[in-house]
Amino acid sequence: MARLKSWRELPCGAIIDDPKAVLENKTGAWRSQRPVWNREKCINCLICWIYCPDSAIMVVDGKHQGINYVYCKGCGNCAAVCPKKVQAITMEQERK
Amino acid sequence: MIVAKTGNEALAFAMKQINPDVVAAYPITPSTEIVQIFSQYVHDGLVDSEFVAVESEHSAMAACIGAAACGCRTMTATASQGLALMHEMLFIAAGLRLPIVMAVASRSLSSPLNIHGDHSDSFASRDSGWLQFFCETVQEGYDSLIQAVKIAERASLPAIVAVDGFILSHCMERLEAFEDAKVRSWLGRWQPNWNLLDWRKPILVGPATMQDYYFEFKRSQIEGMNRSLPIIEEVQAEFAREFGRGYGVIEEYRTEDATAVVLLMGSACGTMREAVDSLRAAGEKVGMVKLRVFRPLPHPILSKTLARFKTVAVMDRADAVNSYGGPLYTEVTSLLYNLPQRPTVLSYVYGLGGKEFTPDDAAEVLRGALAGTKPELVTYVGVR
Repeated sequence: MARLKSWRELPCGAIIDDPKAVLENKTGAWRSQRPVWNREKCINCLICWIYCPDSAIMVVDGKHQGINYVYCKGCGNCAAVCPKKVQAITMEQERK
Repeated sequence: MIVAKTGNEALAFAMKQINPDVVAAYPITPSTEIVQIFSQYVHDGLVDSEFVAVESEHSAMAACIGAAACGCRTMTATASQGLALMHEMLFIAAGLRLPIVMAVASRSLSSPLNIHGDHSDSFASRDSGWLQFFCETVQEGYDSLIQAVKIAERASLPAIVAVDGFILSHCMERLEAFEDAKVRSWLGRWQPNWNLLDWRKPILVGPATMQDYYFEFKRSQIEGMNRSLPIIEEVQAEFAREFGRGYGVIEEYRTEDATAVVLLMGSACGTMREAVDSLRAAGEKVGMVKLRVFRPLPHPILSKTLARFKTVAVMDRADAVNSYGGPLYTEVTSLLYNLPQRPTVLSYVYGLGGKEFTPDDAAEVLRGALAGTKPELVTYVGVR
């Protein structure tokens, strides 16, 4: 683990000017429910990508590539916004 | 330019000259007129400000925080229950180190309901991390509001400029106002260290911190307040050079050879000057120390000054409900406690809910200070 900084080294107002800092925070460990994505049903509308608060929907060349479970904290927004007729994402109990 | 203006008119006029980028506010007596008059300036096109009419003071401060985080020079005004409703947002503004400037027309807190002046509202916000200035006159309110913008931006801290409700907010006084252009050029543009809307330099504002970093960030914020006193003095000096009116963080009135002094803040200082003059005319060695800056508490200057006297009567226009004396009293006694030789310090609470504080009342406090003792810890001035 990186050395903890002293108060003298901290940015004024607690702003984080290095957006990559969140990469160190593996929020996937928080998950109690896991979104499961079905490639066959997905129509690549990418509404889930817009709504995901953790940028955990992986997209390459405009195509859905699945969910990044290192950062997905299981909020269920993606399943909720997936169109009713499609239902490519379902929430399942996380097993630890 | 010499004009006649009430406190609210003068503060609104100062806001016009400051020409902030954003003003978000909600009306509350006795500060309503400040933003009411300002909204007229917006309507008349005399300012470039974005005026946000919000649905509560909580929202007003939330909007101010958002605007300031986007690099906007941001102002608001409130009082009493409105300041109380902002309470949690005050801490956020200070923790984010946003230089929001707020005019407060000091007023009591309910219940019972009362719209008149005392310092309960600002004192209840004491530990929120805002700079706090208390003004004696309409002129001082006008000058202080302009100064506060520069101080807040230089110190990266939000600031309250308080004028006593009704006594100053609604009373008309002679005001020496400056030219708009002079105020604007003296203030210049604010150059924030960061700006939430700068997409070339993305940042995260308001992160969560755990046991590992919260305390360190608070320590850093406290240091910001500790270092603000020299910034205030520096800006006061710059103001005096530009506009010819000087202020200190404290002011002594007829303290030469005084044995007993009264320490107080706000409009009652004017009343106290009268009383000091009349007791001086009768040969009594009394004086007054006016405290202009409550946060940061000017430790070294205040303790060095007060240590010169035999007795100091500290007057609070708010009560700390069963604390060992009024709120300012306990700060002063703490400040003096470790000195090898310290004055006797007496606690007086006065003027709650705008209760009249007359020159006779003020003379009575001075006589109490001369006597150096009194039967009770806290004397409630003028209470039946």
